[in-house]
Amino acid sequence: MRRRTLLASATALAAPALRPAAAQPAPGRAETLLLVQEYGPNSLDMQGLGSSQPVNGVALNCYDRLVRYKRVPLPGEGNGSTFDITSLEPELAESWQEASDGMSCTFRLREAAFHSGRPVTAKDVKWSLDRAVSIGGFATTQMNAGSMEKPEQFVALDDRTFRVDYIRKDKLTLPNLGVTIPFVFDSELAIRNSGGDPWAKEWLKNNVAGSGAFRVEAFRPGTETIYARNDDWKSGPMPKLRRVIARDIPSPSTRRALIERGDADISYGLPPKDFKDLAEARRVKVVGVPVPNAIWYVALNAATGPFTDVRLRQAVAWALPYEAIMQASLFGRGVPMWGATGGPTTAWPQPFPYSTNVARARELVQQAAPGGLTTSLLFDAGSATVAEPMAVLVKEALAPLGITVELNKIPGANFRGELNKKTAPMAINRFGGWLDWPDYFFFWNYHGNNSIFNIASYQNPAMDKLIDAARFAPDAGSYAEAVKGFIGLAEQDVPMIPIAQPLHDVAMQRSIGGYQFWPSREPDFRFLTKG
Amino acid sequence: MTDMPAEAFPLPRPSATGNLLRHARHVLAGNPVTAFSFLLLLFLVGCALLGPSLVPYDPQASNSMRALQPPSAQHLFGTDQLGRDILSRVVAATRLDLGIAFFSVALVFAVGGLAGVAAGFFGGWTDRIVGRLADTIMAFPLFVLAMGVVAALGNTVTNIVLATAIVNFPLYARIARGEALVRREAGYVQAARLCGNGEMRILLTTILPNILPIMAVQMSLTMGYAILNAAGLSFIGLGVRPPTPEWGIMVAEGASFIVSGEWWVALFPGLALMLAVFCFNLLGDGLRDIVDPQRRT
Amino acid sequence: MLRIALSRLGTAVPSLVGVVIVTFLLTRVLPGDTASYFAGPVASPEAIAQIKAQLGLDQTLPVQFGRYVSDLARGDLGTSLGTGQPVLREIATRLPASAELTLCGLLLAVLVAVPMGILAALRQGSWVDHLCRVLTTAGVSLPVFFTGLLAVYVFYFLLGWAPSPLGRLDAFSSAPPAVTNFYLIDSLLAGDSETFLAALSQLALPALTLALFALAPLARITRASMLAALDSDFIRTARASGLAGRTVVVTYAFRNAMLPVVTTLGMVFSFLLGANVLVEKVFAWPGIGSYAVEALIASDFAPVQGFVLTMAILYIALNLAIDLLYGLIDPRAKAG
Repeated sequence: MRRRTLLASATALAAPALRPAAAQPAPGRAETLLLVQEYGPNSLDMQGLGSSQPVNGVALNCYDRLVRYKRVPLPGEGNGSTFDITSLEPELAESWQEASDGMSCTFRLREAAFHSGRPVTAKDVKWSLDRAVSIGGFATTQMNAGSMEKPEQFVALDDRTFRVDYIRKDKLTLPNLGVTIPFVFDSELAIRNSGGDPWAKEWLKNNVAGSGAFRVEAFRPGTETIYARNDDWKSGPMPKLRRVIARDIPSPSTRRALIERGDADISYGLPPKDFKDLAEARRVKVVGVPVPNAIWYVALNAATGPFTDVRLRQAVAWALPYEAIMQASLFGRGVPMWGATGGPTTAWPQPFPYSTNVARARELVQQAAPGGLTTSLLFDAGSATVAEPMAVLVKEALAPLGITVELNKIPGANFRGELNKKTAPMAINRFGGWLDWPDYFFFWNYHGNNSIFNIASYQNPAMDKLIDAARFAPDAGSYAEAVKGFIGLAEQDVPMIPIAQPLHDVAMQRSIGGYQFWPSREPDFRFLTKG
Repeated sequence: MTDMPAEAFPLPRPSATGNLLRHARHVLAGNPVTAFSFLLLLFLVGCALLGPSLVPYDPQASNSMRALQPPSAQHLFGTDQLGRDILSRVVAATRLDLGIAFFSVALVFAVGGLAGVAAGFFGGWTDRIVGRLADTIMAFPLFVLAMGVVAALGNTVTNIVLATAIVNFPLYARIARGEALVRREAGYVQAARLCGNGEMRILLTTILPNILPIMAVQMSLTMGYAILNAAGLSFIGLGVRPPTPEWGIMVAEGASFIVSGEWWVALFPGLALMLAVFCFNLLGDGLRDIVDPQRRT
Repeated sequence: MLRIALSRLGTAVPSLVGVVIVTFLLTRVLPGDTASYFAGPVASPEAIAQIKAQLGLDQTLPVQFGRYVSDLARGDLGTSLGTGQPVLREIATRLPASAELTLCGLLLAVLVAVPMGILAALRQGSWVDHLCRVLTTAGVSLPVFFTGLLAVYVFYFLLGWAPSPLGRLDAFSSAPPAVTNFYLIDSLLAGDSETFLAALSQLALPALTLALFALAPLARITRASMLAALDSDFIRTARASGLAGRTVVVTYAFRNAMLPVVTTLGMVFSFLLGANVLVEKVFAWPGIGSYAVEALIASDFAPVQGFVLTMAILYIALNLAIDLLYGLIDPRAKAG
């Protein structure tokens, strides 16, 4: 203990000498946050192809969007806040107005400046959104999900007025402006450094050209990313933290040790058991937010293999040891998605009517496959902490019914490829959609367009009709009807058996407050407080 | 000097095996550590052969209600994260781990030993090709090569054995080559040639068996390495598939429970693993003393 | 000496060529679909195809190999998809990190193993000898990641003696100006004692873990060569001439026994450099081993190829250096 304080005080004394002459004194410990994560961003540009999950955090903290979601307090003392996706708050746009015909929305930008000092103009917003719909990859797919597909939809009327024209009426368009993708670049800075590339992809990968609350002080992939506060940030309340150090610590045991000993301020991505232990020990604060629109599920291939028979799928749904899985793989860090009584509602995720009923399962297996069968189950090695115990328990539950399951743990890069083949009879996976509407989830997972997420290869025209009806339902009544319809159908046909809605857990020292949860699940440094 | 028949004065006729055993006993008596390692080996082999039938619980039977229980009267080594009895799993894993060790070594001796002996015996192009092959393999960081092989071919027990064998090939080839060079012009080899035996036959019947004792030392050490290699691969996620009990993967999985205080999940498989590797290492040293007194350390 | 060096290099070239070819094939054989992995979960088939074209994976194998070799000739090792950085630059920063750790571990091991081996040789057959053998063998019998995690648990978590395993420097120290990228050397060059101490304390636990692993071969070879030296004629003469025991052991026996130890050191160093992959993962060390492992699992070719090539070149250079060193130390070996 003494050695550490000695080193710390020595470094603190040396700190002014190490930093270049600054107008303000260097950020002290109370204004610096140490975050430990499994791996850091592999780029500083979330719109770019191949950007990993933590890059969302860079987009969140270093760039602004037109709007953000309304912040809603979480239950419990000092647990921070979550968001309401149906309600928008100003960020770069200080006000906005939808047109009377409902086919466009005009935004009024506030007076804000980029890190470079240049004022933010509507021209920059247009360049950024044009980029998002043109660059391809995840960014464009996400933009399209909110019916933003062509640069023609974005109009810069004058320096501080910006309009988005709709190509169709879509309830997802405005909420889609609050996700991490449509953020605003300093277009002049980017173009100046673009080296001929109209979207300046190479330069923006390693440099931030934003107006956000933080800039990137140091970007060392594989070691750490250091953020420093932008003292001229206008799009929200001035952050209390002046410096954030995000260290890459691959081993979850080491991360847990660091948090428990108080040497790190905040961490996420630990195994569920560690969060359970930390929550019970109460020495650090654990905030677990149910991830909107996300579930862990077992998918059964409805297009090829033994599970094309719906009776067999239902048998598996009755056979799964839900409670055991919840305890042994999620350690209670989830919301149960089984055992529903009463018909479908419009909430999502919602429990399905199945629960562990071995007798019923056996009955169905006798009907569908009296001779038993051998099959295989895939899961991602990258999520093995949760998926592996789940898989083992599934295997053991099905064995006495005559269904022999061989387990296949697939390393990350191969997993996606295997799923793409659409031949796996069984798979364990987790899906979460940023836009929290049931039809959004069903569009990606159940629609006949057979996206990569439709692991079960489920094709049912009746389902497609209901999903499409819900997506563009003209009023609340028809919407609710369509939703209950497709959920009921999913419960009956059960190509995917939901197990639980996962919690997104974050562990932090008791002195940390102001936690803010967003759909991208990345930590938001702008509202955090320390001490 | 009267003429007496040889039978009147029977001279003790030394037998090769008798000599070896007597020598072994002599070494073991002066070297309790080696003696201990022999006993340990017997114990391990016993566990591998008889263990699975003697264990109190089914190594695969999970019971999530009894997960992560500390060692107690019902579960001497405690239970793991799925409620499986750790003692049963550790004993059941002995068979797989010793199997991996044994087959890796057998494979690399067969291929590497043969290649090395051929290189030393025939020289010329055989020597050059085997040498190039060994050099190329040696230039790779060995653990990463093992990882690469398993990642490319899939994580099955067969591929883990194959990867271990590939990684150890250069060492065996080199030792075998050295020994073959020494024995190439030995008296008994020349005699065999004179009797009309073909070169290949001489290689297989006289040279190869003669280098076996020398190689036995290295083979023992490699058996220990094979088990550690499998454990390292499991830590990365390239080990055997679940829910097969294997020491390495049990340690790798249990490692994440150390910090939360459930030390028994990793400790007991770790101890078993350490005991086995320890045994093989000490055995290797002991064999060296028995086999080649000149190199005795 | 130059002749030796050149002839060694000559024989090394075919190995290098072999390594390049094998690595290329191995990475192409890896079953992962790199393009879809890095395109992300929500990628459309067009996005995947785009990344594939960017990586050149849509070309035939010989064309890809040609591209790879021509890039290599220009010193371009490609870009890592996992970190987004050029591989050459990453290797240039990560290799010193691994090398620093390995050298410290090796130094620690030598400081313990050599005296142990000498002691065991002097007291051959006694309980001291047996104890040394048991201890060193125990160190090498545990998986190195297990030892590392145990060390973190006991020395950091329970006792608080070791600093937090945050990597090469704790969060509030900054790296010294980069000259060699060895933090210990660079901080001394910059006269920065705080950073030197910080880097040294971060090195302690991982170096200890590695050292435990290197003890056995070093102690074993020291003991063996000391025994051989002590048995030799010139030592007998020295003793007969009435030289003090200490002089005999230190001045004569030890010096002569060191040759095989030096050779083994080289072998142990290159073995450790590849094997500290697991230690780096446990201690969050930004080294070349963990770099390669993460790339391998993600089927990210360029770092794996770059890593293997670098290690191969390093290994060859190391062996050459040891051969030359051997020639310097032992005049008998200079005949080459």
